Amino acid sequence: MAILIDENTRVVVQGITGRIGKFHAEEMIDYGTNVVAGVTPGKGGERVFDRPVFNTMKEAVEATGADASIVFVPPPFAADSIMEAADAGIRFCACITDGIPSQDMMRVKRYMRRYRSEQRMTLTGPNCAGTISPGRALMGIMPGHIYQQGRVGIIGRSGTLGYEAASQMKDLGIGVSTSVGIGGDPVNGTSFRDHLELFENDPETDAVVMVGEIGGPQEAEGADYVRAHMSKPVIAYIAGLSAPKGRKMGHAGAIVFAVGESAQEKSDILTAAGITMAPNPSAMGETVAWVLTERGLLPSLA
Amino acid sequence: MDIHEYQAKEILSRFGVPVPRGGLAYSPEQASYRCTEIGGTKWVVKAQVHAGGRGEAGGVKLCTSDREVQDVANGMFGKRLVTKQSGPRGKLIYRVYVEEATDIARELYFAIVLDRRIERVVIITSAQGGMDIEELVAKRPDAVIRTTIEPAVGFLAFQAREIAFAIGLEAPQIAEASRIFRRAYRAFRDLDATMLEINPLAVTGKGDIVALDAKMSFDDNAMFRHLDISELRDRSQEDSRESHAADRGLAYVGLDGNIGCMINGAGLAMATIDMIKLVGGEPANFLDIGGAASPERVLKAFRAVLHDEKVKAMLVNIFAGINRCDWVAEGIVAAFKDMDVKIPVVVRLAGTHVEQGQRILRDSGLPIISADSLADAAEKVVAAVNSPAAGADA
Repeated sequence: MAILIDENTRVVVQGITGRIGKFHAEEMIDYGTNVVAGVTPGKGGERVFDRPVFNTMKEAVEATGADASIVFVPPPFAADSIMEAADAGIRFCACITDGIPSQDMMRVKRYMRRYRSEQRMTLTGPNCAGTISPGRALMGIMPGHIYQQGRVGIIGRSGTLGYEAASQMKDLGIGVSTSVGIGGDPVNGTSFRDHLELFENDPETDAVVMVGEIGGPQEAEGADYVRAHMSKPVIAYIAGLSAPKGRKMGHAGAIVFAVGESAQEKSDILTAAGITMAPNPSAMGETVAWVLTERGLLPSLA
Repeated sequence: MDIHEYQAKEILSRFGVPVPRGGLAYSPEQASYRCTEIGGTKWVVKAQVHAGGRGEAGGVKLCTSDREVQDVANGMFGKRLVTKQSGPRGKLIYRVYVEEATDIARELYFAIVLDRRIERVVIITSAQGGMDIEELVAKRPDAVIRTTIEPAVGFLAFQAREIAFAIGLEAPQIAEASRIFRRAYRAFRDLDATMLEINPLAVTGKGDIVALDAKMSFDDNAMFRHLDISELRDRSQEDSRESHAADRGLAYVGLDGNIGCMINGAGLAMATIDMIKLVGGEPANFLDIGGAASPERVLKAFRAVLHDEKVKAMLVNIFAGINRCDWVAEGIVAAFKDMDVKIPVVVRLAGTHVEQGQRILRDSGLPIISADSLADAAEKVVAAVNSPAAGADA
């Protein structure tokens, strides 16, 4: 099933009655995503796009059998909504909200440790574009039409740079199994490493693209996993080669503090792990094509 | 968000961390008056700027008379202090802090940071205070103690005690030091700080423990619940281009080049800047206009970019997801009408409603240079900035 989501995934939209939640709920439904319910405390009993709205996540899950949720709740309340989803038995949660305090996210991560790893909800984001398995399900804010269905996985921090990668690939006839946004915040639910592992074990994925950026240790941790465990080829680009040290570049997490966090250092670490680096951000697609051809995974370009 | 030393000391003092007696001054006369208020015979005058390394740069001076305090303060006001952390332009001094001089027996290091690797708060301490922590970590990694805080239970008494013993404090000081460490942690936690550094944390000749310097940074995302902290923002310490953009809700970082940039999404913005550099250009800024950019927002972003007089050409790179290319195009057309744009502007649009967006730009008859990929856009803007029309020297 690609990874994380497919046409059978039953999705709850947390914050469905808000302006942004409503807009994207409609986009997701139009794409064919199986949106089964919405949750907004105090708006239970209403209907949005002919889907029932519930007051609590527990009610929504009980009534609809939902197994995934997408969070559009405003920053002061978003961490609480994530924990509510985990407690209701949701398996996969994409938090789109940008602006959640780091201490709130540390609390979320601590809370999630109460669940055994096989029962623990997989959280992506916050501050991410969501996840799409092209042709099957879209749980996010990305334009679905730029993704062609195919056999390459994408993991990215940034929304629009992920779009750039997917559309460069589409121009070359290369499709995507699943594209996962992990978000640009300093403390996030899951990272490159977690999704690399899922892609490695996914029979519908042949190769993985990592779209990283400056700041934090997560790209390097992903590289460790690739070196030790990956049989599938990995292609990467790290944004922020020209970012000044100690400055926050848009994303709360895009800031170089420590050794190993600059784009050049990360690129070197990834290269040493056997990952093929795209030489520039306009060459992500052609680098993927080159690697697939080398591995005999692109027998005939359509 | 950063704050000044005197503000960090006020906060720490409120949480029960001892700091030397001191007072803020906006003029040399006020500085000398502070000496009388504080009492004693020796004072330290400290320039209040948002940058470390003030001591080496001449921003911290010991004085032995109120006359001297006044002269030293007079020499500081209105100057730009250039330290190794301030950037080449330095930071404007318009406040000084006058403090009683402390009789220092030992200098220790104490800091609290958010460690992204383990996603927890970590206390960093060392018996070697006073020096730059980066230098210390590089030269003497064994001299640095790291203590991880469990978010469920907080900074425990035994952890604080262990630190106090490990940095060589004497038995009578252990209890007091442990209390001070945990009070500092409480300030960090309660106020959503991302960094708190006390360097040095001094042991005085009498055996008291005081915070001689203090630095704090806060989580911008948490300022909605700390309005009192957000009021401590000091615009004089920011790049004026960045203040202008921040007031309009735009994520902007000033750079040194001459190619203005306007992009949606932080990652794409960084990648675009990288691309400009790769093809030989120098970006003037990072600017992420964010999602759902209305024509008004695009207009604001245009103003923010052109607010920088060094800008000789501009690159607009939009990959619309929630954004719509037609809205962005309308914003660009509005900007040209509104502002008499004289520099070359390269526009690359992709994603949602791209055809409508391109049609709006074409039909406007404006001299907009259209590009169809990231690389194409970067090459065109670099060519434009080097053309005689852009007023390049070459």
